[in-house]
Amino acid sequence: MSAHATTYVPKSRLAKWFESRLPIVGLVHSSFVAFPVPRNLNYFWTFGAILIAMLASQIITGVWLAMHYEPSATAAFNSVEHIMRDVNYGWLLRYAHANGASMFFVAVYVHIFRNLYYGSYKAPREVLYILGVIIYLLMMATAFLGYTLPWGQMSFWGATVITNILAAIPVVGDTIQSLLWGGYSVGNPTINRFFSLHYLLPFMIAGVVVLHVWALHVTGQNNPTGIPIKSGKDAVPFTPYATIKDVFATVVFMILFAWFIFYQPNYLGHADNYVPANPAVTPAHIVPEWYFLPFYAILRAVPDKLGGVILMFGAVLILAFAPWLDTSRVRSCNYRPIYRQFFWVFLIVCVVLGWLGAKPPEGGYVLAARICTAYYFAHFLIVMPLVGLFETPKALPGSILESVTGPGKQVSGSGLPTGAAAAPTTKG
Amino acid sequence: MKATRLLAASLLAVLLGTAAASAEDAHGSPQPPRVKWSFAGVFGKFDQAQLQRGFQVYKEVCSSCHSMKLVSFRNLAEPGGPDYSAGQVRALAATYQVKDGPNDAGEMFERPGRAADTFPPPFPNDQAAASANGGKAPPDFSVLAKARTFERGFPWFVFDALPFMGYSEQGVDYIHALLNGYEDPSEGKEVPAGTYYNTYYPGHLIAMPKPLSDGQVTYAKNDKGEPVVPETVDQYSRDVAAFMAWAAEPHLEARKALGFRVILFLILLSGLLYYVKKRVWADVGGEVHGLQPELHKTY
Repeated sequence: MSAHATTYVPKSRLAKWFESRLPIVGLVHSSFVAFPVPRNLNYFWTFGAILIAMLASQIITGVWLAMHYEPSATAAFNSVEHIMRDVNYGWLLRYAHANGASMFFVAVYVHIFRNLYYGSYKAPREVLYILGVIIYLLMMATAFLGYTLPWGQMSFWGATVITNILAAIPVVGDTIQSLLWGGYSVGNPTINRFFSLHYLLPFMIAGVVVLHVWALHVTGQNNPTGIPIKSGKDAVPFTPYATIKDVFATVVFMILFAWFIFYQPNYLGHADNYVPANPAVTPAHIVPEWYFLPFYAILRAVPDKLGGVILMFGAVLILAFAPWLDTSRVRSCNYRPIYRQFFWVFLIVCVVLGWLGAKPPEGGYVLAARICTAYYFAHFLIVMPLVGLFETPKALPGSILESVTGPGKQVSGSGLPTGAAAAPTTKG
Repeated sequence: MKATRLLAASLLAVLLGTAAASAEDAHGSPQPPRVKWSFAGVFGKFDQAQLQRGFQVYKEVCSSCHSMKLVSFRNLAEPGGPDYSAGQVRALAATYQVKDGPNDAGEMFERPGRAADTFPPPFPNDQAAASANGGKAPPDFSVLAKARTFERGFPWFVFDALPFMGYSEQGVDYIHALLNGYEDPSEGKEVPAGTYYNTYYPGHLIAMPKPLSDGQVTYAKNDKGEPVVPETVDQYSRDVAAFMAWAAEPHLEARKALGFRVILFLILLSGLLYYVKKRVWADVGGEVHGLQPELHKTY
């Protein structure tokens, strides 16, 4: 980041003194004020800001919850209830944290599917994109660890199922399992470890987010046309244009978040997790949180344990290969008439997999999960490479500006306000 | 293009067909009827008289087997609850004997309860509770209303999350239904000793005998000496289920009241931000100054 040129000019003597020693104000200025943003971005591009807001919310509520929580097999459940009953606004902290995890995943799924639709993963944004996949993996680990902490029935049995899955990994599986358990089964050492890791991983996420944003500011943002910024006319400065749009979208997203916190706080959870963990009683259905359901369906679709584990992790890791599996020269699905339809089929298949993940693994559900699992991988391994080769994309606009104002039109006569150039938008 | 649409449609048809084929089974229990609770919805508030009646049912009937370890006597006097006075709560607590200690002589002793104590459990430990109740300890009441639910199925579970249609009282409805669900078993159904037939219990064989019967609990009368509500199983079960909803979620009223203000604020703020955003973007015309094309060197 430090290699960036910046238009920031320190004015006061203190600012000059500081900037010549640590040019961090200039760095922030070039990244969040003067940074050129394609002018045609739609609201799907506000989810990066929403995700940062959610990460901040999770870390703040989580740090406060940790002040009252006791990570032990005998005390965890009651300490969560102590937070709900006796800590001032403890119910708000806990519901905000539990539902915050779900909202974090809502936002990340919109972000991921936006990326897939507009081909944002393609060159030159491969590293940016892979960092995103790493953040997604870390989020999944963090969410899983966090869900075990209330030490209810679903916490305990979820932890048991997932750690047993890891034991299927050849050679190192057993070692990983005993390291996570800290004993011969899920128990008190396990919850201690999980709490420690649950507190660690969000800061690792924050670190990778810094890299993600850094990589974004090297390549610039993709946009609905998928064509790069060619001149100043294609872009607006980040501040105030993207800033105000991001703030507006984040506040709208917070309405959804608040609805769940205040009116449906347990909708996205499981009633079974209000039953204290009992190693002697297995719940009727062990079901993970909604955001893991597609992967859970894939895991159970495979009759072989190791095979299920490979496909489940493969389903996430295959995302990282999308930049090389997709052979199309055109990024955005807006100009890819055939692939666009496959995109929607893929989205539906993911939703159906999620629904199947919540169903018992029997009869027609298993068959449906197998068909969907096969399609999930076929999308990446067959559809992505082949459609790119055979599809004839629609004609791309000449520039981002042209996609906004229509082809061949002059900027000044395009119905946009005259005097725009004189408007005081450029003081940054 | 047609081919892919056809592919998508047939894929979907196969999936829904196979899934529907297996969705038929495993629906042994009818859905609990939906009760109109005073605490449901955006402006929901507990009915304090109902909570007091429910507490009476708990105290006189349920508490002989079911503990409520996470609820303290003082909670009964806190806002948004049954609204007993602090004096009533102190007097109530004093009627219980609470184990305390060890004292300076190293001995455990019993003393009258205080408002800060939690409800003493009916059995000294889970094993004693289990052995006195056919091998399984009766569940604790503290969060039971949130720990029970029933499957709503598609598409109802989607509607349940929405404003104006929201439904989050499944657990309370289940408890109310269960208490009214003791019936004669359907033809040919064996009911082993120590179990009872209940329409709403998953699997129908419940270890708890029918706990409530009409007229069992005598409610306080009004000034004219008339009963305020009927003394029936249906009324008892509504009252005790509402009480359990409060015990599981004692800050429900504060939550809903704060939520209304928060969401109203967010809606107003987003409205204002929308117009600020429109105003800012209205300026976007031709060449925008202050850009740094050199930041895009990779292109």
